[in-house]
Amino acid sequence: MDTQKITLLEGREHQVYEKKQGGPEVDIACDKTSLSGSVSQRACVFCGSRVVLYPVADAIHIVHGPIGCAAYTWDIRGAVSSGPELHRLSFSTDLQEMDVIYGGEKKLYRSLVELIDQYQPNAAFIYSTCIIGLIGDDIDAVCKKVAKEKGIPVMPVHSEGFKGTKKDGYKAACNALMKLIGTGSTEGISKYSINILGEFNLAGEAWIIREYYEKMGIQVVATMTGDGRIDDIRRSHGASLNVVQCSGSMTTLAKDMEAKYGIPFIRVSYFGFEDMSKSLYDVAQLFPDRPEIMEKAKEIVRDEIRKYYPEMQKFKAALTGKKAAIYVGGAFKTFSLIKALRTIGMSVVLAGSQTGNQDDYRRLKEMCDEGTVIVDDSNPVELSKFVLEKEADLLIGGVKERPIAFKLGVGFCDHNHERKIPLAGFIGMYYFAKEVYESVMSPVWQFAPRKGGLK
Amino acid sequence: MTAKTATQNACKLCNPLGACLAFRGIEKCVPFLHGSQGCATYIRRYLISHYKEPIDIASSNFNEETAVFGGSHNLKLGLKNVSQQYKPEVIGIATTCLSETIGDDVPMILKEYASIMADEGALPVMIFASTPSYSGTHIDGFHAAVRSAVKTLAEEGPKKNLINIFPGMISPADIRYLKEILTAFGMPFVLLPDYSQTLDGGPWAEYHRIPPGGTPTRAIASTGSAAASIEFGSTLEANKSAAGYLEERFGVPRHHLPLPIGIKASDRFFAALEQLTEKPMPEIYEDERRRLVDAYADGHKYIFGRRAILYGEEDLVISMAAFLHEIGVVPVLCASGGKSGLMKQRLLELVPDLDDLGIKVREGVDFVDIEHEADELKPDLLIGNSKGFTMSKKHDLPLLRIGFPIHDRFGGQRVHHLGYRGTQELFDRIVNTVIEERQKSSPIGYTYM
Repeated sequence: MDTQKITLLEGREHQVYEKKQGGPEVDIACDKTSLSGSVSQRACVFCGSRVVLYPVADAIHIVHGPIGCAAYTWDIRGAVSSGPELHRLSFSTDLQEMDVIYGGEKKLYRSLVELIDQYQPNAAFIYSTCIIGLIGDDIDAVCKKVAKEKGIPVMPVHSEGFKGTKKDGYKAACNALMKLIGTGSTEGISKYSINILGEFNLAGEAWIIREYYEKMGIQVVATMTGDGRIDDIRRSHGASLNVVQCSGSMTTLAKDMEAKYGIPFIRVSYFGFEDMSKSLYDVAQLFPDRPEIMEKAKEIVRDEIRKYYPEMQKFKAALTGKKAAIYVGGAFKTFSLIKALRTIGMSVVLAGSQTGNQDDYRRLKEMCDEGTVIVDDSNPVELSKFVLEKEADLLIGGVKERPIAFKLGVGFCDHNHERKIPLAGFIGMYYFAKEVYESVMSPVWQFAPRKGGLK
Repeated sequence: MTAKTATQNACKLCNPLGACLAFRGIEKCVPFLHGSQGCATYIRRYLISHYKEPIDIASSNFNEETAVFGGSHNLKLGLKNVSQQYKPEVIGIATTCLSETIGDDVPMILKEYASIMADEGALPVMIFASTPSYSGTHIDGFHAAVRSAVKTLAEEGPKKNLINIFPGMISPADIRYLKEILTAFGMPFVLLPDYSQTLDGGPWAEYHRIPPGGTPTRAIASTGSAAASIEFGSTLEANKSAAGYLEERFGVPRHHLPLPIGIKASDRFFAALEQLTEKPMPEIYEDERRRLVDAYADGHKYIFGRRAILYGEEDLVISMAAFLHEIGVVPVLCASGGKSGLMKQRLLELVPDLDDLGIKVREGVDFVDIEHEADELKPDLLIGNSKGFTMSKKHDLPLLRIGFPIHDRFGGQRVHHLGYRGTQELFDRIVNTVIEERQKSSPIGYTYM
C-alpha cells in the first residue's frame, strides 16, 4: 500500500492543514461530529461526562444502561485518591431487554437506594447512556426522590452517547458540578485561595500542583475533580480564583462560576517547565497585595528547574533533531507539548487534537514550524500517513494511538488518562523527557521495517 | 447490607465487543458498529489493551436526528465511507443497544444499499450480526458474528475432504496451535475466526488499513461442503452456532466438544480428529501428552486439595474446572457473568461428583458477588482474567491470569490454554503459583522447593 495515495475522506479536507509558506490561510473546520464510517479516535457524550466526574472519590458513579458503558470505564484511569476510592468501583443498572421495553426507572431507583445504603457515599452521579434517551426514563425524578430519601445530593448527568460530542459530555458534567457548587459553607476560606479545575490527579499530579500553590501561601479550596471530594466542591464558590487546566472540559464550569459567583478564571497548563512556571506566576500576579506569593513562586521555579536541569540536558543532547507527532484529546495540551518538546530539542511535525476549537487551531498554526501538519478529529489511516511521511521518531497520544506507533516502529509517549507516571509539574517534565528518551532511544527500532529491518 | 439490583464490577462485557473480535478474524474485513461513536471507541481501546495491535472499528456515529429518524442514512453513508477508505472485501456489521432499540431493520437497509450501489461495481460482502447490548454478553456477540459469517457465505457443494473448526473465543496462540495440529494431521481445514495474525502479527513498513491475516471468504464459503465441523464451547447451542447452522442447512455433522483443556478434554479432541481424518495422532502430540502426564506426576503434591475460584466466560470456566478436577485442585466456585442457564448441567457432565466436592456454580454474577463467595470459601488462588485483580489484592490471593482481558500483564494474546501444550503451560503456571506462595510465606527462604 502506498502511503502517498491515502486519500482523505470526503468531508475531511477542511480538518487537515499543512503549514506552508505562502499557503492558503484557511481555518480548520472543527467542532464537527465525526463522519459516519470513519474510524474516529473520539468517543461520545458519555465518555466526556465520565472523564470529568470520574475522579470524585467519595461519590458513587452509576451508569444507567446496558453493561458495556460501565464495564469499559471500570477503573481505567490513573486518577488516584488520598482517601475514599468509590470512584474505582463500577456500578451499572445493567439493563436487560425487559427493562428496555418496560422502562428502567424502578431498577434505577432500587439500584441507587441499595448502593447508597451499602457504600454510604457523600453523593451519587447517575449517567444516562444512549438508550435512556430513547426509552424516556425520567432520571431527574428518580434522582430527586432518592436525594430526598437519603439526604445526599443525587445528580443526574445527561450523557446519552449520541446527543452530541464528547464536549457536550463535558458540559453535562459541569452542569452536575454546578448544581453542587454553592451548597456548602465558605467559612475559613482565605482571600488568597483558588480552585484547581481540569486537573484529574492522574498519578498524583494534582498533589504535585497543589503543593506548589500551597508553598506559595495559597489555599486550594477544591480540585475538580482530581482527588475530588463532594464537600470541597460544594464550598468551592468561596475561592477567589479558578485556575483552569484542560480547557476543553472545564472552561464551561469556570464561566458559569464567574457569572454566578463573580469568580474570575485563568487558563493554565502544567506540562513543561515553561507553562508550569507560567501557571505559578499567573496566579501570583493576581494577588499583588501579597508580594511574598510571587517571591515564593520564583523560588519554587528556580529550585525545581535547578533540580532537574542537569538530567534534562542529558536527554536533550540525545534527542536534539528528533521529530515528534502529537495527537491528543485537547488542543491546549498540544501547545504545552510543543514547548516541552522544544525544551528537549525535538521538533513537531504533526499536531492535532480530538476536540480543539477555532481559536485553538489558529494558535497552533502560529506556534508550529513550517511543514507541520495540523489535524482535527483524525483517524488511524491519516495519522500513520503523516507519521511516516514526516518521519516522526515519536508519537504522543493515547491508548488507541499506541499500537499505531509501535506497529510502524515509532517511539511512543502515553499522554492519556491511564498513565501511571505523573507528567505534570516540574518533576512531571522530567518524567516526560525520560519517557520520551526511553522510547525514542530504544535499540529495538533497529529491527523495524522502516529502519531497514536488519536482515 | 449488600446491594443486589445493580451490577457492580461486571464479570462480563457487552455483546458488540464479541462481534468485533470475531470480525477481526475474517480476512480483509472491517468491523462496523451501528450505533454511537463511543461504542466503537471504547471497544477498540479495550481490545487494544489486551492484544496490543491496532484495531480499527468503524461506527455509523449516531446523532439525535439519527436516533429520531432511524439509522438508515448514517449506515449507508458509513458503509460508503468505510468502503472508500478501507477497500474491504467484507464489512462485519453489528448493532448496539441504540440501533436495536430504535428498531432499525439492518438487513433491509443493507438490501437498499446494495440496490443503490448496483452500478458502482462489486460491493464488499456484508455480514450482519444482531448484538443488542441489553441481552447476553460478549460471547453471544462473538458466536452471532461467526454464525452470521457462515450463514452469509457458506455454499452447498460436493462433499470435500475438509474439516471446519469453530473454536470460539480463544487466544491467538491457541489458534496457531490448533492450525498446527490440523496441519500435522494432514487434513485440509477452515478455522473461523482466525485472528491469530490480525491480533498478534509482525511489524509493518506502512499502515495497513486492514491487517493481514484472517479466514478468507472463499474458505468460509467452502464450510458448507465440509465433511464435518468441530465446535468448542460447552454451553454453545446448535441454534446459535455456526456448526449448528451448517448441520441443519447442509448436513455437515457437528462435533460439539468442550474447549480442550486438560488431558481428558484434549483426548476427546484428538480422538475426534483421529476419527475424522482416519489417521493416528501425530507423534509430536503423543510426546506432548506423555510429557504432560509426567508433569502431572511431578507436580501433583504441590497442588493436591488446593482450592481455586474460577471466573470468566462460561465455556472457559467449565473446561478449566474439568482440568482442575483431573489434577486434584478443587474449583470451589465456578462463576460467570454469563447466564446461559446451562452451566451447571454441562459441568456435571465433566465433573460428575461436583456436588459431593461442594463445588458451587454461579451464573450471572459480578465481582462483588464473587468476592462475597471468596470470604466464605477461603480459596488458595484465583484463576481468571485481569479484572479479578482488585479481589486478589484485597484478599491477598494469588491470581493466575487466563482468558480475556489481560490488561495488567504482558503477552495476554500469547497465553496458551488449549490441547496438551496449552494444558502443560497452565499446569506449570498453577504449580508455580502455589510454590511461589509457599516460598514467599516461609520465613526460611528456601532456594529450592
